[in-house]
Amino acid sequence: MPIHVGDVVVGTQLPAQSFTVTRLDLIKYCGASGDFNVIHWNERIAKSVGLPDVISHGMLTMARAVRVVTDWVGDPSAVIEYGVRMTRPVVVPDGEVGSLVEVSGLVAVVNDDGTVRVDLTATFAGETVLAKAQAIVRLG
Amino acid sequence: MVALNPDFVGRTWPASPPYLVAREKIREFAAAVGDLNPFCHDPEFARAAGHPDVVAPPTFVVLVTRPALDAVMFDPDLGLDYSMVVHGEQRFRYTQAIHAGDTLSVVSRLTNVRAKGGNDILTVEADVSNAAGEHVVTATAVIVSRGTAQEG
Repeated sequence: MPIHVGDVVVGTQLPAQSFTVTRLDLIKYCGASGDFNVIHWNERIAKSVGLPDVISHGMLTMARAVRVVTDWVGDPSAVIEYGVRMTRPVVVPDGEVGSLVEVSGLVAVVNDDGTVRVDLTATFAGETVLAKAQAIVRLG
Repeated sequence: MVALNPDFVGRTWPASPPYLVAREKIREFAAAVGDLNPFCHDPEFARAAGHPDVVAPPTFVVLVTRPALDAVMFDPDLGLDYSMVVHGEQRFRYTQAIHAGDTLSVVSRLTNVRAKGGNDILTVEADVSNAAGEHVVTATAVIVSRGTAQEG
């Protein structure tokens, strides 16, 4: 069922999601996005430029985080604006388990034109990785 | 380390070659971010909801704007060291959604260069339009070049 603007109020929580990021996920995102920056797949070079290890694409975190919104609203075209500030990297060491990122979202503003602003929070290892993560969503 | 060239602010790069949005690329991108949303995968489902074909996820357009962003970042006269580059901020403002079958072109411009805390910080805006010349989305990227700003 589509979500209508009358169904939400400021403070409405969206279903939270968590996901893991492995080296394989980074390689898939390299290929899918065309972003082959070596810091996303080469540990030697990542460390040589002062990073703790290979880091995830900020854009992968951004893409994954907005699924809290698109899974909630259904139609991805309802997201008419989306912005984030990447504050900390998601570090992805070699290993089977992957790095856990947790995302939650809530309705922060309900506008008169049928849109709402959803504020997202994304954390990795207890710290925020996206700041000012906000989506403007057109509801039915 | 060479400081970034401040004369570049306000410069516009030529439109990139048209990008034809492929249904399979939308599916590949969605799958790479773990997104199984039927709007992004199933043309019949998307059409039943009034779309011409599958719908691109909100950040798919980085594929379209990347060549334009690269043209700025790899411009030898700008003096950016790509291995020191991280993505600082990203914003998308849509006037219409992207679908499989769209032909998109991009004009990018460098709107700001500043030094902060030893980093060089660039803002690049990319305007994406469709084959009819209509605005589709503006993608704004803030790129941080770590530790490359000259003291002064």
